[in-house]
Amino acid sequence: MIELSVTDLAIAAVLVLLLALLSIRLRSNISQQLIIAATRTAVQLTLIGLVLKALFANANLGWVMLMALIMLLVAGREVMARQERRFKGWLGYAVGTISMFLSSFAVTVFALVVILGEDPWYTPQYAIPLLGMLLGNTMNGIAIAMDRLTHTAWEQRAVIEARLMLGERWDRAISDYRRQAIRSGMIPIINAMAAAGIVSLPGMMTGQILAGAAPVEAVKYQILIMFLISAGTGLGTLTAVSLGSKQLFDERQRLCLDRLRQP
Amino acid sequence: MSKTPPLLQINQLQRLMMGPLSLQVEAGDCLCISGPSGSGKSQLLRALADLDPHTGEACLRGVPASEIPAEVWRTRVGLLPPESVWWLPQVGDHFHGDLPVPLEHIGLSAAILAQPVAQLSSGEKQRLALMRLLSNHPQVLLLDEPTANLDPENTRRIEAVIDEYRRARQAVVIWVSHDQAQIARVADRYFAVSDGLLEETTIGGRQ
Repeated sequence: MIELSVTDLAIAAVLVLLLALLSIRLRSNISQQLIIAATRTAVQLTLIGLVLKALFANANLGWVMLMALIMLLVAGREVMARQERRFKGWLGYAVGTISMFLSSFAVTVFALVVILGEDPWYTPQYAIPLLGMLLGNTMNGIAIAMDRLTHTAWEQRAVIEARLMLGERWDRAISDYRRQAIRSGMIPIINAMAAAGIVSLPGMMTGQILAGAAPVEAVKYQILIMFLISAGTGLGTLTAVSLGSKQLFDERQRLCLDRLRQP
Repeated sequence: MSKTPPLLQINQLQRLMMGPLSLQVEAGDCLCISGPSGSGKSQLLRALADLDPHTGEACLRGVPASEIPAEVWRTRVGLLPPESVWWLPQVGDHFHGDLPVPLEHIGLSAAILAQPVAQLSSGEKQRLALMRLLSNHPQVLLLDEPTANLDPENTRRIEAVIDEYRRARQAVVIWVSHDQAQIARVADRYFAVSDGLLEETTIGGRQ
Protein backbone atom coordinates (compact mmCIF):
# COMPACT_ATOMS: atom_id res chain seq x y z
CA MET A 1 0.00 0.00 0.00
CA ILE A 2 1.27 3.49 -0.88
CA GLU A 3 1.65 5.53 2.29
CA LEU A 4 0.44 9.13 2.07
CA SER A 5 2.67 11.94 3.31
CA VAL A 6 1.50 15.28 4.74
CA THR A 7 2.61 16.87 1.45
CA ASP A 8 0.29 14.56 -0.48
CA LEU A 9 -2.65 15.75 1.61
CA ALA A 10 -1.57 19.38 1.25
CA ILE A 11 -1.64 19.01 -2.54
CA ALA A 12 -5.21 17.68 -2.33
CA ALA A 13 -6.10 20.57 0.01
CA VAL A 14 -4.93 23.03 -2.67
CA LEU A 15 -7.73 21.70 -4.89
CA VAL A 16 -10.29 22.58 -2.23
CA LEU A 17 -8.72 26.05 -1.83
CA LEU A 18 -8.89 26.61 -5.59
CA LEU A 19 -12.54 25.65 -5.54
CA ALA A 20 -13.13 28.13 -2.71
CA LEU A 21 -11.39 30.93 -4.65
CA LEU A 22 -13.40 30.10 -7.74
CA SER A 23 -16.65 30.28 -5.78
CA ILE A 24 -15.69 33.70 -4.37
CA ARG A 25 -15.11 34.94 -7.93
CA LEU A 26 -18.51 33.58 -8.90
CA ARG A 27 -20.00 35.39 -5.87
CA SER A 28 -21.36 32.20 -4.52
CA ASN A 29 -21.50 32.25 -0.71
CA ILE A 30 -20.49 28.63 -0.38
CA SER A 31 -16.73 29.20 0.07
CA GLN A 32 -16.83 29.83 3.82
CA GLN A 33 -18.89 26.70 4.46
CA LEU A 34 -16.59 24.73 2.19
CA ILE A 35 -13.46 25.76 4.09
CA ILE A 36 -15.07 25.09 7.48
CA ALA A 37 -16.28 21.65 6.39
CA ALA A 38 -12.89 20.73 4.91
CA THR A 39 -11.15 21.82 8.11
CA ARG A 40 -13.62 19.80 10.19
CA THR A 41 -12.93 16.72 8.08
CA ALA A 42 -9.18 17.05 8.60
CA VAL A 43 -9.44 17.69 12.35
CA GLN A 44 -12.17 15.14 13.13
CA LEU A 45 -10.58 12.34 11.12
CA THR A 46 -7.12 13.00 12.59
CA LEU A 47 -8.58 12.81 16.08
CA ILE A 48 -10.50 9.60 15.37
CA GLY A 49 -7.32 8.17 13.84
CA LEU A 50 -5.50 8.84 17.09
CA VAL A 51 -8.37 7.43 19.14
CA LEU A 52 -8.49 4.25 17.04
CA LYS A 53 -4.71 3.90 17.28
CA ALA A 54 -4.94 4.06 21.09
CA LEU A 55 -7.94 1.73 21.10
CA PHE A 56 -6.24 -0.88 18.91
CA ALA A 57 -3.23 -0.80 21.26
CA ASN A 58 -5.48 -1.39 24.32
CA ALA A 59 -8.08 -3.82 23.03
CA ASN A 60 -10.16 -4.26 26.17
CA LEU A 61 -13.92 -4.60 26.28
CA GLY A 62 -14.45 -1.52 28.46
CA TRP A 63 -12.81 0.89 26.01
CA VAL A 64 -14.55 -0.68 23.02
CA MET A 65 -17.90 -0.34 24.82
CA LEU A 66 -17.21 3.29 25.72
CA MET A 67 -16.37 4.06 22.10
CA ALA A 68 -19.50 2.26 20.91
CA LEU A 69 -21.64 4.17 23.40
CA ILE A 70 -20.29 7.53 22.26
CA MET A 71 -20.93 6.60 18.63
CA LEU A 72 -24.49 5.58 19.50
CA LEU A 73 -25.27 8.78 21.40
CA VAL A 74 -23.93 10.98 18.61
CA ALA A 75 -25.93 9.02 16.02
CA GLY A 76 -29.03 9.38 18.22
CA ARG A 77 -28.62 13.14 18.28
CA GLU A 78 -28.21 13.17 14.51
CA VAL A 79 -31.44 11.18 13.99
CA MET A 80 -33.28 13.63 16.23
CA ALA A 81 -31.90 16.72 14.47
CA ARG A 82 -32.98 15.46 11.05
CA GLN A 83 -36.68 15.24 11.93
CA GLU A 84 -38.76 18.33 11.31
CA ARG A 85 -41.66 17.40 13.60
CA ARG A 86 -39.94 15.20 16.12
CA PHE A 87 -41.36 14.21 19.49
CA LYS A 88 -40.96 16.84 22.18
CA GLY A 89 -38.66 16.25 25.15
CA TRP A 90 -36.71 13.06 25.86
CA LEU A 91 -38.93 10.95 23.56
CA GLY A 92 -37.53 12.75 20.51
CA TYR A 93 -34.09 11.44 21.43
CA ALA A 94 -35.09 8.09 22.89
CA VAL A 95 -37.14 6.63 20.02
CA GLY A 96 -34.28 6.87 17.49
CA THR A 97 -31.51 5.98 19.94
CA ILE A 98 -33.27 2.91 21.37
CA SER A 99 -34.06 1.66 17.86
CA MET A 100 -30.46 2.12 16.74
CA PHE A 101 -29.18 0.41 19.85
CA LEU A 102 -31.45 -2.60 19.31
CA SER A 103 -30.70 -2.95 15.61
CA SER A 104 -27.08 -1.85 15.07
CA PHE A 105 -25.69 -3.39 18.24
CA ALA A 106 -27.55 -6.66 17.80
CA VAL A 107 -26.47 -7.05 14.17
CA THR A 108 -22.84 -6.03 14.92
CA VAL A 109 -22.49 -8.48 17.81
CA PHE A 110 -24.13 -11.20 15.74
CA ALA A 111 -21.70 -10.61 12.85
CA LEU A 112 -18.68 -10.48 15.16
CA VAL A 113 -19.54 -13.63 17.08
CA VAL A 114 -21.23 -15.85 14.49
CA ILE A 115 -19.70 -14.78 11.17
CA LEU A 116 -16.25 -13.32 11.80
CA GLY A 117 -15.40 -15.33 14.94
CA GLU A 118 -12.28 -13.30 15.81
CA ASP A 119 -10.79 -13.86 19.27
CA PRO A 120 -11.69 -11.89 21.31
CA TRP A 121 -15.01 -11.13 19.60
CA TYR A 122 -14.76 -7.40 20.36
CA THR A 123 -11.39 -6.97 18.58
CA PRO A 124 -11.66 -3.23 17.80
CA GLN A 125 -10.22 -3.47 14.23
CA TYR A 126 -13.42 -5.34 13.32
CA ALA A 127 -15.94 -4.16 15.92
CA ILE A 128 -15.58 -0.38 15.53
CA PRO A 129 -15.66 -0.05 11.71
CA LEU A 130 -18.51 -2.55 11.50
CA LEU A 131 -20.56 -0.74 14.11
CA GLY A 132 -19.74 2.57 12.44
CA MET A 133 -21.05 1.43 9.07
CA LEU A 134 -24.18 -0.03 10.64
CA LEU A 135 -24.91 3.03 12.75
CA GLY A 136 -24.34 5.37 9.83
CA ASN A 137 -26.84 3.53 7.67
CA THR A 138 -29.51 2.68 10.26
CA MET A 139 -29.29 6.32 11.32
CA ASN A 140 -30.31 7.35 7.80
CA GLY A 141 -33.13 4.86 7.56
CA ILE A 142 -34.56 5.68 10.99
CA ALA A 143 -34.33 9.44 10.46
CA ILE A 144 -36.11 9.23 7.10
CA ALA A 145 -38.79 6.86 8.39
CA MET A 146 -39.52 8.87 11.55
CA ASP A 147 -39.61 12.12 9.65
CA ARG A 148 -42.10 10.58 7.25
CA LEU A 149 -44.23 9.10 10.05
CA THR A 150 -44.55 12.27 12.13
CA HIS A 151 -45.00 14.43 9.05
CA THR A 152 -47.81 12.26 7.64
CA ALA A 153 -49.54 11.93 11.01
CA TRP A 154 -49.62 15.71 11.13
CA GLU A 155 -50.87 16.12 7.57
CA GLN A 156 -53.39 13.26 7.67
CA ARG A 157 -54.79 14.04 11.09
CA ALA A 158 -58.34 14.22 9.67
CA VAL A 159 -58.08 10.74 8.15
CA ILE A 160 -56.61 9.14 11.27
CA GLU A 161 -59.28 10.71 13.49
CA ALA A 162 -62.08 9.83 11.05
CA ARG A 163 -60.99 6.21 11.28
CA LEU A 164 -60.88 6.40 15.08
CA MET A 165 -64.40 7.88 15.06
CA LEU A 166 -65.60 4.86 13.10
CA GLY A 167 -64.29 2.56 15.82
CA GLU A 168 -60.95 1.49 14.39
CA ARG A 169 -58.14 0.72 16.80
CA TRP A 170 -55.17 3.13 16.78
CA ASP A 171 -52.84 0.68 15.07
CA ARG A 172 -55.33 0.11 12.25
CA ALA A 173 -56.08 3.84 11.92
CA ILE A 174 -52.38 4.62 11.31
CA SER A 175 -51.41 1.38 9.52
CA ASP A 176 -51.16 2.89 6.02
CA TYR A 177 -48.83 5.65 7.20
CA ARG A 178 -46.77 3.23 9.25
CA ARG A 179 -46.22 1.10 6.14
CA GLN A 180 -45.26 4.15 4.07
CA ALA A 181 -42.78 5.28 6.73
CA ILE A 182 -41.09 1.86 6.92
CA ARG A 183 -40.90 1.72 3.14
CA SER A 184 -39.27 5.14 2.82
CA GLY A 185 -36.70 4.21 5.51
CA MET A 186 -35.76 1.04 3.61
CA ILE A 187 -35.59 2.51 0.10
CA PRO A 188 -32.02 3.93 0.31
CA ILE A 189 -30.40 0.61 1.25
CA ILE A 190 -32.51 -1.31 -1.29
CA ASN A 191 -31.38 1.13 -3.98
CA ALA A 192 -27.76 0.90 -2.81
CA MET A 193 -27.84 -2.90 -3.01
CA ALA A 194 -29.49 -2.83 -6.43
CA ALA A 195 -26.95 -0.36 -7.86
CA ALA A 196 -23.85 -1.76 -6.12
CA GLY A 197 -21.06 -2.59 -8.55
CA ILE A 198 -22.88 -1.23 -11.58
CA VAL A 199 -23.43 2.43 -10.84
CA SER A 200 -21.09 2.77 -7.89
CA LEU A 201 -18.21 0.94 -6.29
CA PRO A 202 -19.02 0.94 -2.56
CA GLY A 203 -16.54 2.87 -0.40
CA MET A 204 -15.47 0.06 1.85
CA MET A 205 -14.64 -2.26 -1.02
CA THR A 206 -12.73 0.52 -2.77
CA GLY A 207 -10.79 1.13 0.44
CA GLN A 208 -9.81 -2.52 0.81
CA ILE A 209 -8.68 -2.68 -2.81
CA LEU A 210 -6.56 0.46 -2.35
CA ALA A 211 -5.07 -1.17 0.75
CA GLY A 212 -3.95 -4.09 -1.38
CA ALA A 213 -6.68 -6.67 -0.78
CA ALA A 214 -7.60 -9.04 -3.59
CA PRO A 215 -10.75 -7.74 -5.36
CA VAL A 216 -12.70 -10.96 -4.77
CA GLU A 217 -11.93 -10.83 -1.02
CA ALA A 218 -12.95 -7.16 -0.92
CA VAL A 219 -16.19 -8.02 -2.73
CA LYS A 220 -17.01 -10.73 -0.19
CA TYR A 221 -16.63 -8.22 2.64
CA GLN A 222 -18.77 -5.71 0.80
CA ILE A 223 -21.55 -8.24 0.29
CA LEU A 224 -21.43 -9.12 3.97
CA ILE A 225 -21.63 -5.45 4.93
CA MET A 226 -24.54 -4.78 2.56
CA PHE A 227 -26.53 -7.66 4.03
CA LEU A 228 -25.76 -6.59 7.58
CA ILE A 229 -26.72 -3.01 6.80
CA SER A 230 -30.02 -4.01 5.25
CA ALA A 231 -30.83 -6.24 8.23
CA GLY A 232 -29.84 -3.47 10.65
CA THR A 233 -31.73 -0.75 8.79
CA GLY A 234 -34.83 -2.91 8.45
CA LEU A 235 -34.83 -3.86 12.12
CA GLY A 236 -34.08 -0.31 13.25
CA THR A 237 -36.74 1.24 11.02
CA LEU A 238 -39.38 -1.25 12.12
CA THR A 239 -38.56 -0.65 15.78
CA ALA A 240 -38.52 3.14 15.47
CA VAL A 241 -41.77 3.31 13.50
CA SER A 242 -43.51 0.91 15.92
CA LEU A 243 -42.33 2.82 19.00
CA GLY A 244 -43.06 6.15 17.33
CA SER A 245 -46.56 5.34 16.10
CA LYS A 246 -47.54 4.02 19.53
CA GLN A 247 -46.34 7.27 21.09
CA LEU A 248 -48.61 9.25 18.76
CA PHE A 249 -51.59 7.92 20.74
CA ASP A 250 -52.45 8.05 24.42
CA GLU A 251 -53.97 5.32 26.61
CA ARG A 252 -57.46 6.12 25.27
CA GLN A 253 -56.19 5.81 21.68
CA ARG A 254 -56.48 9.53 21.02
CA LEU A 255 -54.16 11.03 18.38
CA CYS A 256 -51.80 13.28 20.37
CA LEU A 257 -50.18 15.62 17.87
CA ASP A 258 -49.29 17.98 20.71
CA ARG A 259 -46.52 15.50 21.53
CA LEU A 260 -44.77 16.66 18.33
CA ARG A 261 -42.60 19.72 18.08
CA GLN A 262 -43.62 22.51 15.68
CA PRO A 263 -40.98 23.01 12.97
CA MET B 1 -84.77 -2.90 42.70
CA SER B 2 -82.75 -0.04 41.29
CA LYS B 3 -83.91 1.73 38.17
CA THR B 4 -81.91 1.18 34.92
CA PRO B 5 -79.38 4.00 34.54
CA PRO B 6 -80.08 6.42 31.64
CA LEU B 7 -78.58 5.46 28.25
CA LEU B 8 -76.22 8.45 28.28
CA GLN B 9 -75.08 10.18 31.41
CA ILE B 10 -72.59 13.07 31.44
CA ASN B 11 -70.88 13.86 34.74
CA GLN B 12 -68.95 17.11 35.19
CA LEU B 13 -67.49 16.87 31.69
CA GLN B 14 -64.99 19.62 30.92
CA ARG B 15 -62.88 20.31 27.84
CA LEU B 16 -61.15 23.67 27.15
CA MET B 17 -63.89 26.32 27.39
CA MET B 18 -66.76 23.80 27.58
CA GLY B 19 -68.20 22.68 30.87
CA PRO B 20 -68.34 21.43 33.48
CA LEU B 21 -71.48 19.80 32.11
CA SER B 22 -73.77 17.27 33.70
CA LEU B 23 -76.67 15.82 31.79
CA GLN B 24 -78.81 12.70 31.51
CA VAL B 25 -80.32 11.60 28.21
CA GLU B 26 -82.85 8.78 28.02
CA ALA B 27 -82.84 6.22 25.21
CA GLY B 28 -84.69 7.44 22.13
CA ASP B 29 -84.28 11.14 22.93
CA CYS B 30 -83.12 13.68 20.37
CA LEU B 31 -81.32 16.62 21.86
CA CYS B 32 -80.40 19.66 19.79
CA ILE B 33 -77.60 22.09 20.57
CA SER B 34 -77.04 25.46 18.96
CA GLY B 35 -74.68 28.32 19.65
CA PRO B 36 -72.36 30.72 17.89
CA SER B 37 -69.42 29.20 16.03
CA GLY B 38 -66.40 28.81 18.27
CA SER B 39 -68.58 28.38 21.35
CA GLY B 40 -67.32 24.83 21.88
CA LYS B 41 -70.12 22.63 20.46
CA SER B 42 -67.72 20.57 18.35
CA GLN B 43 -65.33 20.29 21.30
CA LEU B 44 -68.15 18.87 23.38
CA LEU B 45 -68.96 16.24 20.74
CA ARG B 46 -65.27 15.33 20.35
CA ALA B 47 -64.92 14.93 24.11
CA LEU B 48 -68.04 12.72 24.23
CA ALA B 49 -66.52 10.50 21.50
CA ASP B 50 -63.36 10.47 23.68
CA LEU B 51 -61.20 11.92 20.91
CA ASP B 52 -59.73 14.67 23.09
CA PRO B 53 -58.51 14.58 26.68
CA HIS B 54 -61.09 15.93 29.14
CA THR B 55 -62.05 15.82 32.78
CA GLY B 56 -65.27 14.35 34.09
CA GLU B 57 -66.86 11.39 32.41
CA ALA B 58 -69.58 10.09 30.14
CA CYS B 59 -71.35 6.82 30.94
CA LEU B 60 -73.38 4.44 28.78
CA ARG B 61 -76.07 2.69 30.85
CA GLY B 62 -74.07 3.56 33.94
CA VAL B 63 -70.73 2.20 32.65
CA PRO B 64 -68.08 4.94 32.44
CA ALA B 65 -66.10 5.37 29.20
CA SER B 66 -62.85 4.57 31.00
CA GLU B 67 -64.09 1.01 31.62
CA ILE B 68 -64.83 0.39 27.95
CA PRO B 69 -62.01 -0.01 25.38
CA ALA B 70 -61.70 3.23 23.38
CA GLU B 71 -62.52 1.66 20.01
CA VAL B 72 -65.66 0.01 21.44
CA TRP B 73 -66.75 3.29 23.00
CA ARG B 74 -66.34 5.11 19.69
CA THR B 75 -68.32 2.44 17.87
CA ARG B 76 -71.18 2.89 20.38
CA VAL B 77 -70.89 6.67 20.60
CA GLY B 78 -70.51 7.58 16.93
CA LEU B 79 -69.45 11.08 15.89
CA LEU B 80 -70.32 12.54 12.49
CA PRO B 81 -67.91 15.46 11.97
CA PRO B 82 -68.93 18.47 9.83
CA GLU B 83 -66.47 17.49 7.07
CA SER B 84 -66.45 13.83 6.08
CA VAL B 85 -63.13 12.15 5.26
CA TRP B 86 -62.62 9.36 2.71
CA TRP B 87 -59.25 7.64 2.50
CA LEU B 88 -59.75 4.66 0.20
CA PRO B 89 -60.09 4.96 -3.60
CA GLN B 90 -63.69 3.72 -3.93
CA VAL B 91 -66.77 4.79 -2.00
CA GLY B 92 -67.81 1.20 -1.24
CA ASP B 93 -64.39 0.35 0.29
CA HIS B 94 -65.37 2.45 3.31
CA PHE B 95 -68.48 0.40 4.12
CA HIS B 96 -68.33 -2.78 6.15
CA GLY B 97 -71.64 -3.39 7.91
CA ASP B 98 -75.12 -3.46 6.39
CA LEU B 99 -76.54 -0.19 5.14
CA PRO B 100 -79.16 1.07 7.62
CA VAL B 101 -81.56 2.01 4.82
CA PRO B 102 -81.40 1.57 1.04
CA LEU B 103 -79.43 4.40 -0.58
CA GLU B 104 -82.55 5.37 -2.58
CA HIS B 105 -84.02 6.71 0.69
CA ILE B 106 -81.40 9.44 0.73
CA GLY B 107 -81.66 10.22 -2.97
CA LEU B 108 -78.68 8.10 -4.11
CA SER B 109 -78.43 4.87 -6.07
CA ALA B 110 -76.47 1.79 -5.04
CA ALA B 111 -74.21 2.33 -8.07
CA ILE B 112 -72.53 5.17 -6.18
CA LEU B 113 -70.67 2.57 -4.07
CA ALA B 114 -68.62 1.58 -7.11
CA GLN B 115 -67.59 5.16 -7.83
CA PRO B 116 -64.23 6.74 -7.06
CA VAL B 117 -64.42 9.03 -4.03
CA ALA B 118 -63.01 11.91 -6.08
CA GLN B 119 -66.26 12.08 -8.11
CA LEU B 120 -68.53 12.69 -5.11
CA SER B 121 -70.14 16.09 -4.54
CA SER B 122 -69.99 17.56 -1.04
CA GLY B 123 -73.67 16.82 -0.49
CA GLU B 124 -73.24 13.18 -1.56
CA LYS B 125 -70.26 12.83 0.78
CA GLN B 126 -72.27 14.21 3.65
CA ARG B 127 -75.16 11.80 3.11
CA LEU B 128 -72.86 8.81 2.61
CA ALA B 129 -70.88 9.70 5.74
CA LEU B 130 -74.08 9.38 7.77
CA MET B 131 -74.78 5.97 6.18
CA ARG B 132 -71.23 4.87 6.98
CA LEU B 133 -71.65 5.90 10.61
CA LEU B 134 -75.08 4.26 10.97
CA SER B 135 -73.78 0.98 9.55
CA ASN B 136 -71.72 0.74 12.78
CA HIS B 137 -75.03 0.72 14.76
CA PRO B 138 -74.05 3.33 17.34
CA GLN B 139 -76.24 3.69 20.45
CA VAL B 140 -75.46 7.39 20.68
CA LEU B 141 -75.28 9.58 17.57
CA LEU B 142 -73.26 12.79 17.81
CA LEU B 143 -74.16 14.82 14.71
CA ASP B 144 -72.22 17.99 13.96
CA GLU B 145 -74.40 19.90 11.48
CA PRO B 146 -75.30 16.84 9.42
CA THR B 147 -77.37 18.75 6.85
CA ALA B 148 -75.19 21.86 6.42
CA ASN B 149 -74.45 21.31 2.70
CA LEU B 150 -77.83 19.91 1.68
CA ASP B 151 -80.81 21.31 -0.21
CA PRO B 152 -84.23 21.27 1.54
CA GLU B 153 -85.32 18.01 -0.06
CA ASN B 154 -82.22 16.08 0.99
CA THR B 155 -82.29 17.74 4.40
CA ARG B 156 -85.76 16.25 4.95
CA ARG B 157 -84.57 12.85 3.73
CA ILE B 158 -81.67 12.86 6.18
CA GLU B 159 -83.93 13.96 9.02
CA ALA B 160 -86.27 11.07 8.20
CA VAL B 161 -83.40 8.52 8.17
CA ILE B 162 -82.08 9.75 11.53
CA ASP B 163 -85.57 9.73 13.00
CA GLU B 164 -86.21 6.19 11.79
CA TYR B 165 -82.88 4.96 13.15
CA ARG B 166 -83.47 6.65 16.52
CA ARG B 167 -86.92 5.08 16.91
CA ALA B 168 -85.91 1.61 15.70
CA ARG B 169 -82.82 1.38 17.93
CA GLN B 170 -83.91 3.64 20.77
CA ALA B 171 -80.71 5.58 20.16
CA VAL B 172 -79.76 8.88 21.74
CA VAL B 173 -79.19 11.66 19.19
CA ILE B 174 -77.19 14.77 20.03
CA TRP B 175 -77.58 17.12 17.09
CA VAL B 176 -75.74 20.40 16.55
CA SER B 177 -77.82 22.64 14.30
CA HIS B 178 -78.17 26.34 13.51
CA ASP B 179 -81.53 25.99 11.82
CA GLN B 180 -84.36 26.87 14.25
CA ALA B 181 -86.97 25.32 11.95
CA GLN B 182 -85.00 22.08 11.87
CA ILE B 183 -84.62 22.09 15.64
CA ALA B 184 -88.39 22.54 15.96
CA ARG B 185 -88.88 19.52 13.65
CA VAL B 186 -86.47 17.06 15.26
CA ALA B 187 -85.67 17.98 18.87
CA ASP B 188 -87.17 16.53 22.03
CA ARG B 189 -84.98 18.82 24.10
CA TYR B 190 -83.11 21.93 23.04
CA PHE B 191 -80.00 23.51 24.55
CA ALA B 192 -78.23 26.76 23.76
CA VAL B 193 -74.52 27.08 24.49
CA SER B 194 -73.70 30.08 26.62
CA ASP B 195 -70.34 30.70 28.30
CA GLY B 196 -69.36 27.06 27.90
CA LEU B 197 -72.53 25.77 29.55
CA LEU B 198 -75.70 24.25 28.11
CA GLU B 199 -78.91 26.10 28.89
CA GLU B 200 -82.08 24.15 28.34
CA THR B 201 -84.40 26.31 26.27
CA THR B 202 -87.91 25.99 24.93
CA ILE B 203 -88.08 24.86 21.33
CA GLY B 204 -88.84 27.54 18.71
CA GLY B 205 -89.21 30.19 21.41
CA ARG B 206 -92.62 28.73 22.42
CA GLN B 207 -93.61 27.57 25.83
